[in-house]
Amino acid sequence: MKTEAHSAITADHHPDQHAHGSLSTYLLGFILSVVLTAIPFWLVMSGELGNKQVTALVIMGFAIVQIVVHMIYFLHMNTSSENGWTMMALIFTIVMVVIALSGSLWVMHHLTTNMMPVHEMSGMK
Amino acid sequence: MTISVKPQQIGEPLFYLADEHPHPEGWSTSLGFWIYLMSDCLIFAILFATYGVLGANYAAGPAPKDLFDLKLVAINTSMLLMSSITYGFAMLTMQQNRIAQTQMWLTITGLFGLAFIGIELTEFAHMIHEGATPQRSAFLSSFFTLVGTHGLHVSFGLVWLVTLMVQVWRFGLIEANQRRLMCLSMFWHFLDVVWIGVFTFVYLMGMLR
Repeated sequence: MKTEAHSAITADHHPDQHAHGSLSTYLLGFILSVVLTAIPFWLVMSGELGNKQVTALVIMGFAIVQIVVHMIYFLHMNTSSENGWTMMALIFTIVMVVIALSGSLWVMHHLTTNMMPVHEMSGMK
Repeated sequence: MTISVKPQQIGEPLFYLADEHPHPEGWSTSLGFWIYLMSDCLIFAILFATYGVLGANYAAGPAPKDLFDLKLVAINTSMLLMSSITYGFAMLTMQQNRIAQTQMWLTITGLFGLAFIGIELTEFAHMIHEGATPQRSAFLSSFFTLVGTHGLHVSFGLVWLVTLMVQVWRFGLIEANQRRLMCLSMFWHFLDVVWIGVFTFVYLMGMLR
């Protein structure tokens, strides 16, 4: 209901376009982030899952969920603030970040595996 | 050579605003600040990528398991998380125009931020004392660059916080100060988002290696 009121104001250049949080949304965001932080720490410290790769994937999942929680409850992201331009900037940035991260890791991983270490090369002579 | 300027014809497309209309002061600040945060996000993405590439090159030096203390990192994470919610309370009291309470919550936020920086510097000092300096290996160079850049951001956030508290103390919660506090709020919560990436990818996944 809050976003509707804001988008109505946005039409005639009201300076106060950004969404505000309320006490309940801040507290909900805080409780969610405490839980989403505590579980990955507990998983790694106790080694509960046994398998390291599974643990790594699970804590990555928790990190992504927690980032979304922070975006919504603390940074008040939504599709309507600033006529959707904040969301457009965010989507553009996420695309850039994904390209930079996956590209670097992919290329550099292949570089390491395909480059023959010096001692192996001397052994081939 | 003469340049003839044709008068605007009816029905011709117009590629600029024909009439300059006034905007209230600061109407575009939050979008502009958001775009700054997104550019900062790209800086951190590159530092994360560098750490991802170099993070396993220990050069026969210490590995994450020998250096990191997860209990300390957990305490540090809770400091930053607490400062996020107390800044939220500062924004809520600001909207109700309660100056004293806003200042109180800002002070508490600042103290949590200071505790975070203090614990991080203690950790760094301990590592350097053990010989795990940034020069020791590619892993440590990229670690100190990534975590240090985040810590530097928090430190500048603290300077900004104190500056705004002086502003609020001198001029009250005027519209300009409310706008500034909102920008710092975005900056502070953004740093918390970056920290989620740091504790997950650097500390927790480092301990899994």
